[in-house]
Amino acid sequence: MNAHTANPTAARRGSSITTRRLSKTFNGVTVLQPTDLEIPAGEILVLLGPSGCGKTTLLRLIAGLEQPDGPDMIRFDGEDVGGVPIEKRNVGMVFQSYALFPNMTVAENVAYGLKIRRIGRAQREAETRRLLALVGMDEYADRRISAISGGQRQRTALARALAIKPRVLLLDEPLAALDAVLRERLRVEIGLLLREFGITAVYVTHDQAEAMAIGDRIAVMQRGRIAQIGAPQTIYHRPANDFVADFVGTMNRLEGRVAGGVLAIEGDGTHARLDVGGPDRTAAICFRPEAARLSAGEAAVAARVVASTFFGATQRLVAEVAPGRRLQLDLSSSLSFTPGQIVAFDIDPQAIIEFQQEA
Amino acid sequence: MRIRWTTCAGIVITALLTLFLIVPVLLSVYAGLTVNYARGISAGFTLDWVRQVWGLYSDTVLRSLVVALLTLILTLLIGVPGAYALVRRGGRFARIVEEIVTLPVAIPGLALALAMILLYGGFGAFRQSTLFVVIGHVLFTLPFMMRSVIAILETIDWRTLDEGAASLGSPAWRRFVDVILPNVRPGIVAGALTVVTLSIGEFNLTWMMHTPMTKTLPVGLADAYASMRLEIASAYTLVFLVMVIPLLVGVQAVADLSEKRTKS
Repeated sequence: MNAHTANPTAARRGSSITTRRLSKTFNGVTVLQPTDLEIPAGEILVLLGPSGCGKTTLLRLIAGLEQPDGPDMIRFDGEDVGGVPIEKRNVGMVFQSYALFPNMTVAENVAYGLKIRRIGRAQREAETRRLLALVGMDEYADRRISAISGGQRQRTALARALAIKPRVLLLDEPLAALDAVLRERLRVEIGLLLREFGITAVYVTHDQAEAMAIGDRIAVMQRGRIAQIGAPQTIYHRPANDFVADFVGTMNRLEGRVAGGVLAIEGDGTHARLDVGGPDRTAAICFRPEAARLSAGEAAVAARVVASTFFGATQRLVAEVAPGRRLQLDLSSSLSFTPGQIVAFDIDPQAIIEFQQEA
Repeated sequence: MRIRWTTCAGIVITALLTLFLIVPVLLSVYAGLTVNYARGISAGFTLDWVRQVWGLYSDTVLRSLVVALLTLILTLLIGVPGAYALVRRGGRFARIVEEIVTLPVAIPGLALALAMILLYGGFGAFRQSTLFVVIGHVLFTLPFMMRSVIAILETIDWRTLDEGAASLGSPAWRRFVDVILPNVRPGIVAGALTVVTLSIGEFNLTWMMHTPMTKTLPVGLADAYASMRLEIASAYTLVFLVMVIPLLVGVQAVADLSEKRTKS
């Protein structure tokens, strides 16, 4: 959530992408419901969702690796590209499994698209060197693909995709095959690199931290539809529904009757009294773990500590408001809690979200 | 260091197996070099039989090489793209085609040859040409090339490789040449070795299909055995070995070389 300081002076490159009622049906099963999407030139859009939500299908449709259900559903800069095969669409692809050619060196892989475009040897080599330097792979130019690590492979794949100056860059779970430490480092690097390039990019992932770090906007997908699309902050702080709230980070949820504007839950020496206003109703009140503030006086919530997990700067406390109704709270790790102890806290009213209760 | 009994047993079994395979061959070579096999070493050694064989049958040696080479070229041209097409297509249709292609291996060579003669008997010039034998060999060896390539294709992620190359703007035929072919090379090399070996040694099918003008080496060997002295037939075996062994070693060397180039 820190790579958002995009360089405003960087030239915006690439095409805008527009989809109109874009859908895809495989053997009678609709894996992508009709979807309207506007991706302005230079934006990085992350498609986030669990497996089988249609995010990869949407990416492959934009790439031209799948055929949409109907004509004129995908446009680049207003130009219908639905009938253009991938090899003519000029899109850069980065795959989860890298798709690097094992029969070529790192440099030959990067130069391949330029060779296809009949770019002269001197210019090709200069361009390849420039891109390899950009992704920090210049030292490994003459290595075989089998002789470099997973992270180096993905950098090479990125350089190869950027070398052809694509109209849009499409990344399909590019970090999913890497270990956690490397993934975290590369997602920052890729985020910065994409911004530096200023290219329109669609990035598919199921990892919400990755989505937050990389996306200008995030489209959270669920069962073949976009459940919510917006800036990472909006998705995190103002999720449109339960699914988005649960998929992006941890969300506490208290359900009950709101009477006189207050949701009240009473336990044995514990309670939750949340002033949410509005008419009497049954409601689901949600808030993030970090919205809790310890309170000395008449606290909105008093809960019994069940367990705490040390996270370094913070600790995550699991506490019960009533039997079976647990909350997760992020508090400073300098405090110490013992199970059974009652902890009293308030909740930042700005951070309280209410979802419509389904009847 | 103590040698484990399993290692010993392994060495003994291997040695016995090797002897079992190689003794008849050595005996045959020996027979081809003796003046008189019945009298044994006392009669002395000679290269006369080899010379006679070369005089009588050198054309079959050359023809066998030509047939093997043409068979290899045709199985490469048909088998490699064919295998890729089948794997790409996938599903039941592809499996049925694969089974049909494999059928000539299961059918006795004689039956296959008979069917070929029934079909092409009327085309005199073709029936009498070496090409007729080549077609028979292609039918018989094609499944070995295809299966070998299919086996390798199933171990590589050819679909992603193909999609990756396509995204870089490469048209379908270039993707096949630049990306698929180099990565299935081990399968092609193994298939080529099998095809050449099978074609050179093929007897059943060829015996039925050949004409006096299109004899191959194994057919000539049968002739020599049926109509000449034992020593001449044995000398023929010697000629066969002298020809085939360097060829196989050569193909293997080429294979190793290309393998190393890919790995390094």
